[in-house]
Amino acid sequence: MAEKLIKLPDVGEGVAEAELVEWHVNVGDLVREDMVLAAVMTGKATVEIPSPVEGEVIFRHGEIGDVIATGTVILKIRIAGEGNEGEEPEVEDGFGDEEPQVTSAISPVAALEKSSEKQVEPLKPKAEIVASPPLAKPLPHPIGAPRAEGEKPLAPPAVRLRAKEAGIDLRQVPGTGPAGRITHEDLDAFLNSQGGGTTVATGLQPNKAVQEVKVVGLRRRIAEKMALSKSRIPHITYVEEIDMTALEELRMRMNGTQKPGRPKLTILPFLMRAMVKAIAEQPGINALYDDEAGIIRQYGGVHIGIAAQTPSGLVVPVVKHAEARDIFDCAREVARLSDAAKNGTALREELSGSTITISSLGAMGGIVSTPVINHPEVAIIGVNKLAVRPHWDGTQFVPRKMMNLSSSFDHRVIDGWDAASFVQRLKALMETPALIFVEE
Amino acid sequence: MKEITCKLLVIGAGPGGYVCAIRAGQLGVDTVIVEMAKPGGTCLNIGCIPSKAIIHAADDFAKTVAMAAGKNAMGIKADNPAIDLAKTMAWKDGITGRLTLGVAGLLKKAGVKIVVGRAKFRDGKTVAVETETGEQVIRAENIVIATGSAPVELPILPFGGKVVSSTGALSLTEVPERLAVVGAGYVGLELGLAFAKLGAKVTIVEALDRILPLYDTQLTQPVARRLVALGVDVLLGTKVKGLSSNGEALLAETGSRDERRIVADKVLVTVGRKPVTEGWGREELELDMDGRFLRIDEQCRTSMRGIYAIGDVTGEPMLAHRAMAQGEMVAEIVSGKRRSWDKRAIPAVCFTDPEIVSVGMSPDEAKAGGREIKIGQFPFSANGRAMTLSAEEGFVRVVARADNHLVLGIQGVGAGISELSAAFSLAIEMGARLEDVAGTIHAHPTQSEGFAEAALKALGHALHV
Repeated sequence: MAEKLIKLPDVGEGVAEAELVEWHVNVGDLVREDMVLAAVMTGKATVEIPSPVEGEVIFRHGEIGDVIATGTVILKIRIAGEGNEGEEPEVEDGFGDEEPQVTSAISPVAALEKSSEKQVEPLKPKAEIVASPPLAKPLPHPIGAPRAEGEKPLAPPAVRLRAKEAGIDLRQVPGTGPAGRITHEDLDAFLNSQGGGTTVATGLQPNKAVQEVKVVGLRRRIAEKMALSKSRIPHITYVEEIDMTALEELRMRMNGTQKPGRPKLTILPFLMRAMVKAIAEQPGINALYDDEAGIIRQYGGVHIGIAAQTPSGLVVPVVKHAEARDIFDCAREVARLSDAAKNGTALREELSGSTITISSLGAMGGIVSTPVINHPEVAIIGVNKLAVRPHWDGTQFVPRKMMNLSSSFDHRVIDGWDAASFVQRLKALMETPALIFVEE
Repeated sequence: MKEITCKLLVIGAGPGGYVCAIRAGQLGVDTVIVEMAKPGGTCLNIGCIPSKAIIHAADDFAKTVAMAAGKNAMGIKADNPAIDLAKTMAWKDGITGRLTLGVAGLLKKAGVKIVVGRAKFRDGKTVAVETETGEQVIRAENIVIATGSAPVELPILPFGGKVVSSTGALSLTEVPERLAVVGAGYVGLELGLAFAKLGAKVTIVEALDRILPLYDTQLTQPVARRLVALGVDVLLGTKVKGLSSNGEALLAETGSRDERRIVADKVLVTVGRKPVTEGWGREELELDMDGRFLRIDEQCRTSMRGIYAIGDVTGEPMLAHRAMAQGEMVAEIVSGKRRSWDKRAIPAVCFTDPEIVSVGMSPDEAKAGGREIKIGQFPFSANGRAMTLSAEEGFVRVVARADNHLVLGIQGVGAGISELSAAFSLAIEMGARLEDVAGTIHAHPTQSEGFAEAALKALGHALHV
């Protein structure tokens, strides 16, 4: 018998550490080759670590949310035959990229990383870089030896008393303590998960449970990003209503006379094309502001981030070079990217590099929002809900399809006048959609 | 006499009853307790406490006798030790007196009304108490029956004259020259050993073929050896036939049908205890029985609404601490709290010489479930503190599940081991594993180290054996 050491792989971008976001195995589990052992995250990409061998997990290091240095041994797997533990001295001096025996199976990003030329041989990427895969539910804690019928649940008297008072049958509570002992924490978790549902109490009872949820993985990235944006960028949010009647009519017609192979159009590609037009006149809106260096980089390419909700949280896939895509191409790309993001298969580069962002909650869009700028960008366009509203045309009320745009700008570099001008330009383009298609 | 109305009425102020009443009082429940004798019940007045006093006195006396006989290894000498049993009894009565007063004080402090007299049910909500000043009727929403138990009397050896129960034995003012003890359960052995130490020639007659049938032989062997050392005759498999016609001797028949004539000045009958289910008007109620006991559920409720029963009247083990725990629970239930019986273990202690403790499952009980178990046993002969106490007899034994090392039972035999019962019970209630016990620092030098060592032994790496 020998041991195979599994180290945190170099996940690329020259990062020295990565955050552990998922454990798929526990000590004592038997694993097969290629079975996913864990997932780590850098930036917004999650990398799964597959098992290079078949064997039994005998050691596990790190908790979900821990930031672990590349090369740290995170697992030991006992295998039949020779392992790599004997090589310890050799691999001790750093997790060499040229250590194929160790890295081959766990260098998932090799094929994707431009910076991985150092790799001596092309290593087959056994793991895929996935964009924030829907985080698997954390594995339930190992439960102790199953209780024989009629055996009482194992819990100290104080836990039994609390359970009794809360009306909880301890037989239903999984114990995570030694020998399956039910701890106070287990009871807390159970109470939270039940929402007190199993209580036989009469009437409403206050639920004093507090559940601690570790902010890890994508959620942590989002939190950091939002905090950064809101703390550094003085937002100015400007809301304008847009009469979408004409655009909607056009859109219906275009969808009605759809040629095969052409995607169905939503409002989004119209807005994207309108933005391209408006940006051409106000390039300062399509920029990244490096406030530390004091430089605003205005981009020729309009790379539009589309904020998308996925099961594990908010991600922003990016439609690159919208200025070089026609409306159908934009639509196609939006559909492809949002699917990829939802399935967790978006590539890392598809999730970065935006220069301006659209935030849309569709039917949940509300009437006004205050979008948070995707730092270091300087503008974000928020799409509110489209609805038929009465409009005074000067003589009477007429039903019009109205939609608000709530847009935020970095007020350090964009004055209110410019912000308003940009939105007014968008309004003009979208209210007279033919203008979107006028070549200049 | 004016009727009393209350929320809770407790019948019997033994350890179960008085604890129930005190707790109920603390919780603001309007409580009345009825007791026909002194508060404290059998335990305080004629059981646990007085017997321990006599056992302790007998121990000290026996040690002094050994010193006088030049049998003291520590080099202590004494001359002509003597015991004035009447004075011993007075000392013992002083203790029980203080304790019963203490209980009465606690009841008063908790706001519990004490009614002295014999209670009798009229119906499920009404009890009449014969007091010195007449009949007192008490109406209660909830009634707790805590009438306890009494020594079993043998028809062929009725109490009276030289035939005494444990109560009688605990009030003798002279040490009988020859004492016959019928029954080798814990009461018979505790008192038999004590009187042997006080100088009586003791013969113990037991119908079964072993002493202390509730404990396994490993645990009882040290006691058997001590009986031999004290010159106590133990006749096993022997049935008593009554007193001889002149009343001089106890007649018995051995398993091989040999007649035995045991000349005795006193005959102590300790063949068990029976629940007190008569004399308080049970016939007025519709209470389901469980054999000779009152049937109760996991909340100590009887088959009648509002009537609870606790303590010896509800079944085995007939132990004061079980009754107390039941009493506390019932008080809390009556006060509106949600409670049910969820104790994992009720420790049992024999104050024999040496003492025996058993908590949780014995090895045989643990195996009976078809479980794989691990057993670790540590002898006091390897314990420094036991040596310094000249108490090397005995051991601690831990029984655990083989798969997850959950401690299922802990037994021990040895001088003063009753005090270790707290650690044993706590371990089981907390759901300790062998590693928890072994991983707890036990003070050195104490006998308690034997506990950790026994756990280590079960884990396969005891340090001191």
